[in-house]
Amino acid sequence: MAVFKELKKGALISLWFVFLTFPVMVIKVDPIARTVAWRWEKALYMAAGTFIVYFLVQFFMKKKATRQETNTDKEQHLSIIHRILQDPIQRNILLGVIAVAALLFPQFLSAYQTNVMTTALMYVVLGLGLNIVVGLAGLLDLGFVAFYAVGAYTYALLNLHFGLGFWTVLPIGGLLAATFGILLGFPVLRLRGDYLAIVTLGFGEIIRLVLENWGEFSRGPSGISNISRPGFFGIDFDLQASIIYTYYLMVLLVIFTIFVVNRLQDSRLGRAWIALREDEIACQAMGIDKRKTKLVAFSLGAFWAGIVGVMFAAKTTFVNPASFTFLESAIILSIVVLGGMGSIVGVLFGALILILMPEYLRALSQYRMLVFGVILVCMMVFRPQGLFPTIRRTYTFKKKPHTPCTDDQTANS
Amino acid sequence: MTKQPILDVRGLTMDFGGIRALNVLDLDVTSGEIVALIGPNGAGKTTFFNCITGIYTPTAGNIWLTPPNGTNKISLNGLKPNQVTEKGLARTFQNIRLFPKMTVLENVMIGRHCRTKAFIFGAIFRNKATLQEEQSILEFSYRMLEKVGLADSADEFADNLPYGAQRRLEIARALATEPLLLLLDEPAAGMNPQETLALEQLIKQISREGQAILLIEHDMKLVMSLSDRIFVMDYGKKIAQGIPSEIRANPAVIKAYLGEEVDA
Repeated sequence: MAVFKELKKGALISLWFVFLTFPVMVIKVDPIARTVAWRWEKALYMAAGTFIVYFLVQFFMKKKATRQETNTDKEQHLSIIHRILQDPIQRNILLGVIAVAALLFPQFLSAYQTNVMTTALMYVVLGLGLNIVVGLAGLLDLGFVAFYAVGAYTYALLNLHFGLGFWTVLPIGGLLAATFGILLGFPVLRLRGDYLAIVTLGFGEIIRLVLENWGEFSRGPSGISNISRPGFFGIDFDLQASIIYTYYLMVLLVIFTIFVVNRLQDSRLGRAWIALREDEIACQAMGIDKRKTKLVAFSLGAFWAGIVGVMFAAKTTFVNPASFTFLESAIILSIVVLGGMGSIVGVLFGALILILMPEYLRALSQYRMLVFGVILVCMMVFRPQGLFPTIRRTYTFKKKPHTPCTDDQTANS
Repeated sequence: MTKQPILDVRGLTMDFGGIRALNVLDLDVTSGEIVALIGPNGAGKTTFFNCITGIYTPTAGNIWLTPPNGTNKISLNGLKPNQVTEKGLARTFQNIRLFPKMTVLENVMIGRHCRTKAFIFGAIFRNKATLQEEQSILEFSYRMLEKVGLADSADEFADNLPYGAQRRLEIARALATEPLLLLLDEPAAGMNPQETLALEQLIKQISREGQAILLIEHDMKLVMSLSDRIFVMDYGKKIAQGIPSEIRANPAVIKAYLGEEVDA
């Protein structure tokens, strides 16, 4: 009886999909010859395809459900990556492989591939920055691209007017973006959730509109070109070498960012951010300064966006406001959500998938974005917690005998 | 141990628009005692807690806190909740407010936040001072968990704990701030008799260690056996105060709880 019910449900869903895709799949209008071709066989394929996919999905869901039932709560089913990361030997092997792959990447692949990878790495850092704000502190920021723009225009303008080099501007761009983070933070201290999202969205648009319309300051929509590429002790590279150099710089920046963000996450400050995300009132009642904690989250998140902004300006040697639309913010947010909120490994993979996939889907030509969308929808349906959801750190506690109260003084001093 | 005042509240008044939730309320707690604040539903007990912990700003009145071995009273008026906690009032909530997706141990570690100070620099460089501080947070928090009997589930997520354990975790988290006065807002609400009994023993044990406690509670058996003194509120006003036996016999209290007897 259950099988019959399932079959009926599958048939209905197939029928629904045939109906939905009817105009695209079945009807083919030729406006020149003024003919309409009815391709009924395609409806049949669609129905059969949907039917099979439906049963595959049902099968996997059932399997997953039974697996979860048999699992005791002690053995969490961790993803492969997490299991590898927890074992020191396996972790070192994995890191070694990644390091070698990252080093050799530009030697074996074309400049185009290297460039694409550099862009993906930039989004890794952007994702890690936004991860502090959204993933850890739980502040939904839809205008993150504003800080990216601040970084990029800092370098573009300082390079244009004062001829400052990449290395000088790199920290300036970061700090200026962090300052903007605090500026945005102040008015939104009391806001949460939807309201915060709307205000940050507005902030992102304000920055873009200012850049677009304040011609004397930013040269408007035509942008700023001929920005210097990153230098290396006064050596000028040709284009090919410069692409590779930028790639290596970006790899270093990613490593640096992961190092810093990881340490922040495991610190007193990181705990305060997570507590703020979990329950704002309880967090305050336990003595955490909400203002300070939020502002630090905003500014530290913005700092990375500023740094990447400088990188971006140096890499493309051209900036204009069109590079900093809301779509960029949405993509960075998708990276964080897709990867798993608050998870560094998740952001890493999220960025690589979201940025590299559209590139490698070019083989599918005009269906590229359609397939991309379908993959995103499926991801969120089947893994709403993200690819690699964060696992909270557990602390090993070694009891010290005979020194029961010595730590009180250090805590209070 | 000599009794010395800790909390002193004078003329506390709180208006919500036209409604007077607290009406010129006086209350005091001295060191080492357990004081209970009782009253029918809607009497304004939780509003009182929210006022003294800085969540609400009272319309009028003064709140003073006296630190031990200090003669100077600190005014808590106008301070933010986190500053009040830093000064030495720590509370639990009527409807449990733990950090559900943090481990039990981390929940308590949050309580140590206001007694420690490592910041961005310390977090990134992990210098010696930060590492020591982190270790001391860990040890202190673990001791608090041992105190409330939750050390075995230190690595569980807080929302996976059974209800009674969540209540005890809230107490541990509040104790981790080393409060001068611990405020418990209906700690036994929703507990079964065994859990209530365990809670009673826990509160007594904490009190024996010298911790002053102010609690709101509806379970009269618990209130009568725990409290040194009781304050009774109704409609935002204090209607009685005294030791449990006095309160039990007080006609105003009986009237507030059971209604007036009507002579037919």
